[in-house]
Order: sequence, then C-alpha cells, then structure tokens
Amino acid sequence: MATVDDPRTIEFDVRTDEMLVNMGPQHPSTHGVLRLVLRTDGEVVSEITPHIGYLHRCAEKIGENLTPRQWIPYTDRMDYLAAMNMNLGWALTVEKLLKYGPPEKGRHLRVIISELGRIASHLVGMGAYGLDLGTFSPFLYAFREREKILDLFEEACGARLTYSYLTVGGATADLPPGWLQKCEAFLDELEPIVDEYHALLTTNAIFIKRTAGIGVMPQEMAIDFGTSGPVLRGSGVDHDLRRDGEETYTAMYDGYAFEVIVQKNGHYPKDHDYPAVPTEAVLGDCWHRFYVRMLELVQSIDLVRQAIDRYSRSEGSYGEPMKLNQKLPKGEVYLETEAPRGQMGFYIVSNGEAIPWRVRARSSSFCNLSVAPELCRSCLIADVPAIVGSLDIVMGEIDR
Amino acid sequence: MGAFFDQYLPTWLAYTLAGLIHVGLIINLVAVGALIFIWLERKISGRIQDRLGPTRVGGKFGWLQTLADGMKLLTKEDLMPEGADGFLFRIAPYVSFGASITAFIAIPFAGGDYPWIAQRVNTGVFFVIAVLGLEVFGVILAGYSSASKWSLFGAMREAAQVVSYEVPLGMCAVVPVLLAGSMDLVVIGDQQAGWFTNWFIFNDPATFITFWVYFTCATASVNRAPFDLAEAESELVAGFHTEYSGLRWSFFFMAEYGSMFSVSILASILFLGGWHGPIPIASLLHVDGTYFGNLLGCLNVLFKGTLGVAIMMWVRWTLPRLRIDQVMATCLKYCTPIAAVMFLGAALWQYALPGRNFFGLSRAPAAVYNVSEGWSAGANAAIEKSAPVETVNAESPTPVAVVLTQSNRGG
Amino acid sequence: MSGPSFVDQLKQKFGGLITGANLENIDPWIEVAPEGIVEVCTYLRDEPSLAFDYCNSVTAVDYLHIDEKKAAKSEWQPHLEVVYHLFSMQHKHSLVLKVIVPRWSGEPGVLPEVPSVAGVWSTADWHERECFDLIGVHFTGHPNLRRILCPEDWVGHPLRKDYEMPLEYHGIRGR
Repeated sequence: MATVDDPRTIEFDVRTDEMLVNMGPQHPSTHGVLRLVLRTDGEVVSEITPHIGYLHRCAEKIGENLTPRQWIPYTDRMDYLAAMNMNLGWALTVEKLLKYGPPEKGRHLRVIISELGRIASHLVGMGAYGLDLGTFSPFLYAFREREKILDLFEEACGARLTYSYLTVGGATADLPPGWLQKCEAFLDELEPIVDEYHALLTTNAIFIKRTAGIGVMPQEMAIDFGTSGPVLRGSGVDHDLRRDGEETYTAMYDGYAFEVIVQKNGHYPKDHDYPAVPTEAVLGDCWHRFYVRMLELVQSIDLVRQAIDRYSRSEGSYGEPMKLNQKLPKGEVYLETEAPRGQMGFYIVSNGEAIPWRVRARSSSFCNLSVAPELCRSCLIADVPAIVGSLDIVMGEIDR
Repeated sequence: MGAFFDQYLPTWLAYTLAGLIHVGLIINLVAVGALIFIWLERKISGRIQDRLGPTRVGGKFGWLQTLADGMKLLTKEDLMPEGADGFLFRIAPYVSFGASITAFIAIPFAGGDYPWIAQRVNTGVFFVIAVLGLEVFGVILAGYSSASKWSLFGAMREAAQVVSYEVPLGMCAVVPVLLAGSMDLVVIGDQQAGWFTNWFIFNDPATFITFWVYFTCATASVNRAPFDLAEAESELVAGFHTEYSGLRWSFFFMAEYGSMFSVSILASILFLGGWHGPIPIASLLHVDGTYFGNLLGCLNVLFKGTLGVAIMMWVRWTLPRLRIDQVMATCLKYCTPIAAVMFLGAALWQYALPGRNFFGLSRAPAAVYNVSEGWSAGANAAIEKSAPVETVNAESPTPVAVVLTQSNRGG
Repeated sequence: MSGPSFVDQLKQKFGGLITGANLENIDPWIEVAPEGIVEVCTYLRDEPSLAFDYCNSVTAVDYLHIDEKKAAKSEWQPHLEVVYHLFSMQHKHSLVLKVIVPRWSGEPGVLPEVPSVAGVWSTADWHERECFDLIGVHFTGHPNLRRILCPEDWVGHPLRKDYEMPLEYHGIRGR
C-alpha cells in the first residue's frame, strides 16, 4: 500500500472515508471471474487487491494422472481464446523431452495455425478492450473476423474453441484440400480491415485520452514482475521468444522474416503503414500495450502468408501424432513459447513412465495480472478496467 | 383548448378536461416515442455493428420487439435490495420519468397563431431546461436509496455531470433567445419561418458553433455516450439503476429516451427552425396557419427531433466513453468558455449586422428584423413603422418579444 | 545454455551453499541449500555477467511414492524440490535452480520452510503463494503468504502426492 513517504502517493485536498468495493467476480469488465477489491476514496482508487481462483480446475493435478497426449484437451481450456497456442506449447515441451523435431511440413503447418490463433486472440483482445472503454462496436467487428478464423479452424480440426489440433508429434490431421486458398482469401480480406480498427480505436481521440499515459509500467518493473508478451514489449523490452527463445521453439520460425514489435530508439518497425504514436502516449502505458497487440496482428498476417508459401512447397509428412501411451524418457524439461498473451511455460518431470510425475503450467496472464496492483495506485475507478483490460488477461489461464 | 371547452362547459371542468387531454397526449408521445426509439436504437446499432437487429417480432422489421420486451418487463419480479430505503427506492423512477415528460408541456409542435402546445409559457426555454434538470433528482435518489456502492457512484457522477453541464447548456440556449428577443419557444420558432436560410443555426458563425456546443452539452446532460458515466457498464456494472428490475427499470429507460427526445426537439426549435422546414412547403402550398399546415409543421418537428436522437445513437455506438475528470474538463474548460464567447459573438454580430441572417448574406424576414432591431439604434423607427406586430397576437398571451421592444422604446 | 560454467562460478563464490548439480539433464540444474537461496539469487540477479533479471517460474515437486512396492524400489527418499526457472533479458540465457527440503519439517503437518525470493524478483510473490497453496511450502519472509487459487479456508495442499480430496466442502460433495 502506498504510504505517505511513497512519492507515488498523491495528496488530495479533500479526504473522505475510504470505501471497499468489490469489482467482480460478477462484473462486466473483469474478463471472466476475476475479483478485484478496490479501496477507493470517492472516485480515486488507492489500492486494488486481485483475488483469483474462481476458475481453478487443478489442471496440474489432472496432468499427473494422464499421458501427455491425453492432457492436450486440458491445455485447450487454459487460454481458451488461443487454444491452438496452448496445444503448441505443451506439444513442444513434450517433444523437447523426447528430443523430437517435427518434419518440415509439420513445422510450417504449426506456424500457420499458431499465428492464426494469435490473430484470433488479438482480435478478441482488441474488441474486449473497446468494451472496457465503453465502445461496443469494435467488439463485434473483431468477432466478425474471428468467426472466419474459427471457420478455418473448424474445417481443419472439427472444433471451434477447444481444438486439440496441434499435438505431440505434429498435428492430428493434415490441412484439408483447398484450405490454403481460403486462408489466403481471408488474410487479403483482413488486412484492409485492420485500418478500420485503427480508425475506431487506436487513433480515436477519446481512446487516446483514456489510454495514453495511464498505467505506465517502466521497463524494470515489467521485467521484475515477469510480465511477457505485448505487456512486456509495450514497455519497450525487446524480447520475443519467437526470436530469443529456446532452440526447440525458435527452430519452428527458422528462416521466417519478422521484426519484433517493440519501440526501439523511439520508433516501431516501419514495415507497414502504421498510424503514428500520439504525443500524449508514454512508453509502457495502456496505449502502447494495445498498439503492440495491433501491430502483432499485422505481423502475424505476414507470418501466415510466409508459412502458407513454405507449407505448399514442402513435401512429406505433416507429423503423425505420437502414440497415446508413449513412454517418456526420464528427466525434466521446461519450455516457454510465445503465446498471444505472453510466455506460456510448461514444465514436465518424468520418471520414465508414460504418465508424467509432475506437470506445471506457468501462465503469462498470471504474471501479467500480478502487476495490476502496482499499476492501479491512485488512479480513477474508470482507469481500473482500462489498465486491467490492457493486460489482456484470460482467467482460464490464470486459474488453470 | 381550455378556452375552447370553456364556451360549452363550466370553467373548472373545461380546464380539467383540457389538461387531461394534454397529459394523455404527452404521455403517449413519450411512451410511444420511447417504444420507437428503442426499436430504432436497436436497428441503428445493429446496422452500425454489421448486424440486423430485431427481425422477428411484429413482422418484417421487428418493430414490435420493444413492445414484447415491455411485456416481459411487466411480468418481471419487482426486486428491491434488503438494505434499500423503500420509499425513495420506489419513488425514484417516477421522479425521473415525471421530469422527463413535464418538459413536453412547454414544447410547441407547431406555431403560428394557434400553436400546438399544451401550455404556452412565455419563458418556455427556461422552463424546459429547468424541468429537464430535475431528472437528475430521480437518479440521485435511486443511487442513494439502492444500498449499493455502484449505484452511489453512478448517482454522484450524474449529479456532478448534469449540474455542470446545465451551465453551458443554458448559455447556448440563451443565444437563440438573444436573436429572437423572446423566451417563448413559439416566438423563437416562428421567427425562423421560411427557407432554411432563416434558421438560427445559419444566422452567423457564432450561432453555428453554438449549435454544436449545445448538442454536445445536451448529449452530456441526458447521459448519452460518450458521457454515459452514470451507467458506465464497464466500470459501474449498471450505475444508478444496478438494483432496479422490471417496470421500475423501464421507467428510467423511458425517462432517458424522453429527455433525449425533448433536448433534440429543443435543439430543432432553437436552431433548426422548428416547424419551419428547410423548404417552406406549408406556405408554398398556401396552407400555413391551417390545421393541415400545422400537421406538416408538427411532422417537421418530430422528424428533426428524431434525427437528433438518431445522431446521438450514432455517436453512442461509435465512440468510447470519457472518464469523469475528462467529462468535467470538457465542460468547464471547453464548453463553458466557448458558449460564453459565442454568446458575446452572437450579440456583437447582431449589433454589427442588424437585420441580416444566413451569415449576413441575406435579409432577415420582417418578424426577426423588428425584434432584433429592438436592441440597436434604429429599432424605434423600425417598430413604429411595423405597428401590426402589436396587434397580431391580440388573442393569445402577449409575446415577450413585444414586451421587450415596448420597454426598449420607452427607455 | 552453459550450465557447467555457472556451477563453477557459483561454487567459487558460495562454496558449501551449492549442494550439487545435474548437468546431464536436458535443462541442467544447480542445487542450492535452502538457507542460501536468497543470497544466491540476489547474486545471480546483480552480477552483470549473469544478470538473471527475469524469473520465469517458481514451483515445487513432491517426491513420494504412494504405492509401497514402488517406494521400496525407489532411488530417492521422499522429499520436496522447489524449482526456480530464471532467465536473463540481457544475455538471453536461462538457469534452473533447485532447493531440496524434506516433505515436513519435523512432524507431519508442519510445512517445510524455504526463504522467500519475492524480494529479489516480484514475480516470485504470486508464484510462491501458488506453491504454498498447492504444494505446501512455507516461504519465510514472504510479504503476503496466503492461499491464492484455493479458497482461504481450504484444508490441505492438492498437489501433494498423498493429498486426499475432502469429502465435503461447505455442503458441496467432494467426490
């Protein structure tokens, strides 16, 4: 809690009784079942305390009783807005333990699918952030495009939300014929629409007023609290696991051309015609976190295009799934992948049986949310949804 | 109407009857208006968001959807939180709704010698704005009595916001009053007779800007996005009406749409010619002053009011919400000073270019000319010449305009 | 990843506090004595050539065979391992630390104690709370050691191997 000596404490000329207010677990803008206890002095919030666990399903305990492939559906339910990326993270971790690398075609298939998952997730993140700030329309625009991605996923694997598609060894099935053309058509459709989103939110004067300079997180704080993904890069930390991660993961992106979306030397990558950064925005504020997410959307479109090209040129197997009861070698591995919301880490301890001894999921939203009490000091009530929304959390991933 | 019945019935009965008819008409206007506006809002928001909106109930366009929802609201349980102050909690929606419909008493729907108005008030502008300001009491009562912290936040926001926005709103409304020289809405409307060039919005640059400031402040004072802080669903759950359900909740809803409609109609009378259209159809057809002419005028007012409401909806479904401090800053740092300067500008313009309108490009019609000249040096002579002004409204209550000019002449 | 060089550097600096290392595993790890963990972690963070400024995760693993036959053949005695995954933003290298503690300190029911590293990395704050909640490690010196995922009045630590689901919780059937 902020004390009088704390320089962050703002002195107000009128002090009234403090009030404790429960925001959530049933509240429109807490992205599920997050409960925030606000200590407010009128409209000014002096402290927030997050209470989590309302969606706890003990996935890690279940993981100790299932084989890795059987546990794939449980990873779907962690970050349910980017289930493909969760599947991928777990599959890669098990493959790291098995010292297995998927075939060339399977590698590109994974890039296509996981980057589409990133687009879908960032679309929801963008739309839901609009909702947090009180505008409803971008949400539906975002869902309109997301539906098309879900259609593509449905065609590939039969499910629309919990896919269990990318699995240990590769994927459960190859892409159906004609899928790539549909995907390309969708990307061509999506690219101009991103400008619409920029017009509705990124460059909107009220949006900038509500987000620029709000919830500023300095670099050191971002690293200290273990934030990751757009939240970390929004603070100007040049770190993206797709480039800086472990060999097991970066091998997937080997040969792909992309630039990490981060503000370096005062500017963002200029590979596309992005809207300019407003003068009010401070590096590490809500606006920058949102902006990084929007730019990653375009980046992912590029990556999917590259991957489609490579995939259609590569031959051979897409990577058959591993046996359901494949014995795991003895040892323990930890691997983090760059999921849309940040670094999703999985940790397996194996004692040489088919069922792992211990499974652990380190979720990005969990760490990203832990910084919220720091950011929401002496802000207004209306800033709380703006700040928590800019962290783009998913409760399924936090509570596991 | 009271005078009409008075010829056949005892006075007390005549005026009671007339009053009841007016009340019935106004309640219907607000209730049916809300019905249509809610449907319209759904359709508009649907189209803005790439959806269809309601399509089933009542045939092709789902135009009975609101009625069906109204039925549902009627049958819902009337909930009240345990810690709530029962009496205040129950009365709050009616206070809001009452204030919202009372404003319509002084709003004319057609002008001329026999204006369509429930009760002509010679300080109509003042009355309407003052009564609309009362709506906030219902909201504060609701927030205070709900025994919910979210409701209290919503009510406090509403109180701060509405009270602040009354200031620039009033200042903007004074500008047309200045041009017309009258606070009587019928007089103000009739001074804009003729083509759209006579509308006060086009009178000079100052009034043009004033209109937009007025519209912004009106949006804020009726709590529409981007100023809907009292409800702010992403922050305060549902703000002041968090704890309301069923019919009581729908009264707040109707009050909101009612006041949206009344500020839009007020805008149309003050700035957009009221019942005088962009093209003076009634006078071109030589029906002005007749029942048919008044009907056309009434439709004109309703159309302009609906257009204003539709623009508010358009804004709501496009823009994010402001923060409370930004809302107050918009009011105190921008709207109020701009309104004040525009008031001064309009006054100076009147002084510099008397008797001209449409940004000074054309001559104002005689009615406007006479009254507005009243403030300048050449007024006396002009009014001497156009003596009929005094005799026009011999039957109806004496317009303030004439009173003002007379006093001016005397001094 | 260069596990061996880290081990040598740390052993030189801390000597007996570094109790062992496994360099054959895919992710090599270094074992640290419980009493030295804060000191080692602060050094790892502040030493410019290491600069482990980013803590990925703090978790624990329970080693206990429920099955008596397996327990008899087991190569290890029952114990708990607290695992720290660290990363350096500057040098882009990572490290795994382990602290090995008994399952109970003293008699059963008393949680083993490990000094908290929440003062070194703020990430550890919530991670240690989760670890305490689910596995039952008491992090001494933690600013706010409360349950985080389970309800405050929950009994037991679910990720322990000998944990039994309660039959009833506030009138809700447990199984």
